[in-house]
Amino acid sequence: MDLSFNTEERAFQDEVRGFIANNLTEEMKRATALTPSVFSDPDIGMAWQRTLHAQGWGAPGWPVEHGGPNWTPAQRWIFETESARAGVPNVNVMGVKMVGPVIIGFGSPEQKNFYLPRILSGEDYWCQGYSEPGSGSDLSSLKTRAVRDGDDYIINGTKIWTTHAHHANRMFALVRTSDGPRQQDGISFILIDMKTPGITTRPILTIGGDHEVNQVFFDDVRVPVANRVGEEGKGWTYGKYLLEFERGSGIASAKLREGLKAIAELAESDLTGRAIDSPDIATRISEVDVDIDALEMTELRVLAALQTGQNPGAVSSILKLRNSEIRQAVTRLGVDVIGHDALAIEPMRPLYRLNHEPAIPEQMLTMVPEYLNGRAYTIFGGTSEIQRDIIAKMMLGI
Amino acid sequence: MDLNLTDEQRLLRESAERFVAESYDADHRRRMANDPLGFSPAVWKQFAELGWLALPIAEEFGGLGGSAVEIGILMETFGRGLVSEPYIATVVLGAALVERCGSTAQKQAALPKIADGTLKLALAHSERAARFDLAKVATIANKTAQGWRLSGSKIAVLDGHAADEIIVSAHIHDHRGPSGRIGLFLVSAQTPSLAISDYARLGGGRACNIELSDVFLPEAALLGDGDDALPAIEWAIDRAMAALGAEAVGIMQVLLDTTLEYTKIRKQFGRPLSANQVIRHRLADMAVQVDEARSMALRAALKVDAEPVERARAASGAKAKIGKCARFVGEQSIQLHGGMGVTEELEVGAYFKRLVAFDTLFGGSAHHYGRHARLGHTTVPA
Repeated sequence: MDLSFNTEERAFQDEVRGFIANNLTEEMKRATALTPSVFSDPDIGMAWQRTLHAQGWGAPGWPVEHGGPNWTPAQRWIFETESARAGVPNVNVMGVKMVGPVIIGFGSPEQKNFYLPRILSGEDYWCQGYSEPGSGSDLSSLKTRAVRDGDDYIINGTKIWTTHAHHANRMFALVRTSDGPRQQDGISFILIDMKTPGITTRPILTIGGDHEVNQVFFDDVRVPVANRVGEEGKGWTYGKYLLEFERGSGIASAKLREGLKAIAELAESDLTGRAIDSPDIATRISEVDVDIDALEMTELRVLAALQTGQNPGAVSSILKLRNSEIRQAVTRLGVDVIGHDALAIEPMRPLYRLNHEPAIPEQMLTMVPEYLNGRAYTIFGGTSEIQRDIIAKMMLGI
Repeated sequence: MDLNLTDEQRLLRESAERFVAESYDADHRRRMANDPLGFSPAVWKQFAELGWLALPIAEEFGGLGGSAVEIGILMETFGRGLVSEPYIATVVLGAALVERCGSTAQKQAALPKIADGTLKLALAHSERAARFDLAKVATIANKTAQGWRLSGSKIAVLDGHAADEIIVSAHIHDHRGPSGRIGLFLVSAQTPSLAISDYARLGGGRACNIELSDVFLPEAALLGDGDDALPAIEWAIDRAMAALGAEAVGIMQVLLDTTLEYTKIRKQFGRPLSANQVIRHRLADMAVQVDEARSMALRAALKVDAEPVERARAASGAKAKIGKCARFVGEQSIQLHGGMGVTEELEVGAYFKRLVAFDTLFGGSAHHYGRHARLGHTTVPA
């Protein structure tokens, strides 16, 4: 066992660093640092996606025949770590990390040929149609219905918490195509063009003051049957496959570490009156730092298991649970470190294009909105309570 | 970067697990709890035959040249069996300090005997007034014409009662007065005016307090040439904390498994305890914390040879985090066993007590989060 990189891995690390240094613009960096929501705005995120794609790095997790870079787990680790360290924008994860793997795993050859290149190039921007107002944790109780009409489905219903639906040109959705004996039966996985007549989008503002999520309504929306992925009625299986990717594919610790470092730097600066000099703050920074160490090591252990062909299984729930809890601890610390300045609200967005001098130093602007919006981390992608249910069932057999 | 076990490491784990399963059952543990020695010399001999005592010692001194990862594999299994043999005192602390600080002659004299099971060591460093500050040593070693004269009081010496030789730390005073250096002295347990009072240790094994009143030692009792030994002491205790962390993981795993089984068979209100979501979620949290502790113990083991600040941060981080996880898993194991968990009739309490001892040894969670913080926040791994 060895945590250090070998010669090839160090050479790759240099390559990634060089690539980022040459391509990441100051504007992208500043915009990313000043984004208090989960995702980058598309103009920032997709610019980075195009840059990655030009290098052949547009989809690190994909198989090589679909345009993946054929990296070892260690290379993926290095790429994610260096990206986080440099502060690169978030790309459209709903495309690259969510619907992409499902199309690769279960899509038709036509779907693969059409959609995958457009995800890689950044031409398509995807959103996820899973939750509904009546179906949150109990997702498979979903009621949005797709009724067969010749070569089309006609879709009626509504989806909620749809991140960037107002930016996306495509949505992947779980819809009910029949009523089976179990509520998981009769769900299908379908790809929808957001410009189709009958789709309307209502913005939902989150408590940090950001417009990131939406409610989407479907009124007699006609979608070709050819847009269904895999078999009719098997959508729940594909949807769960995607959720495992959503929870477990991330190498999240590097980003958490950068977030904590930014807060530790503020704590060490005169802007906060050197908050670090309070033993309470210093110890809490260490506690979070150590929690990130543990998560990082678990991520590395999962990578090693994947390398030998093992399935991580319920470990993805441990990663999701701890990542979300630690993120919240980081943001809580951020609020406490900036002290009095946590009282200032900056309602204007985006924060990186303010047309006035903010009331507090720029690097403090995201702390409170990140803390507030960040309450969602333990809710989306399966609440912490659902993750504990999964751990109990899958790992402990109860 | 590689985190998979080698074939040798897998074999080591299998043989250790087999040993604990066959030789270390509840009856054995109960006998040891009432034994004046606190462990079995026959088992110690088996350890020697299995090569475990030689594991971290360099090959040129009769050892196997193993790493902290192998020590961790062994210790995790020891934790499962609640092994009470003086492995930490003799092999992890004692052999390491002799190997790092000793002269060639001292190494040749001690290390092969540790490896073959005929020499047991202990480290007497802690003092009451120092609490967990490793740099604070009030014991004094005065240079005399013939050698050294040591005076002071040591506490919480792990397995000192069983040691043939005790490594005692003391501030060196030469003819010019205090030198500002800490020395390590090899003191035979038979030395006159060495008063050893031992006691049964929380969670198994024994420990002792030692009074040194004008203990006269020959010149050669000093390990090495008298360089300040504090960095070596910190290094050795960081290694011991990584090893103890692995042991704690083994203990926690047993408690989790035992508690899980109990909640499946224990019925109240006409159904198993595990049918309640509040119980399932508690067990899920315990499983998560066992996993986090496992990650931290491995991380500390992989960093024992890193540069001092990185090593110390990894060791203190692991000690603090595993201590916190251990308290949670241990306390919840008792809680979920109900009244029976508080009795000596089940072994849950014995495992819990070893976890409490772990959290206390070399400083608890609060102490080590504090040390971690004092070491700075700017270190970035890899």
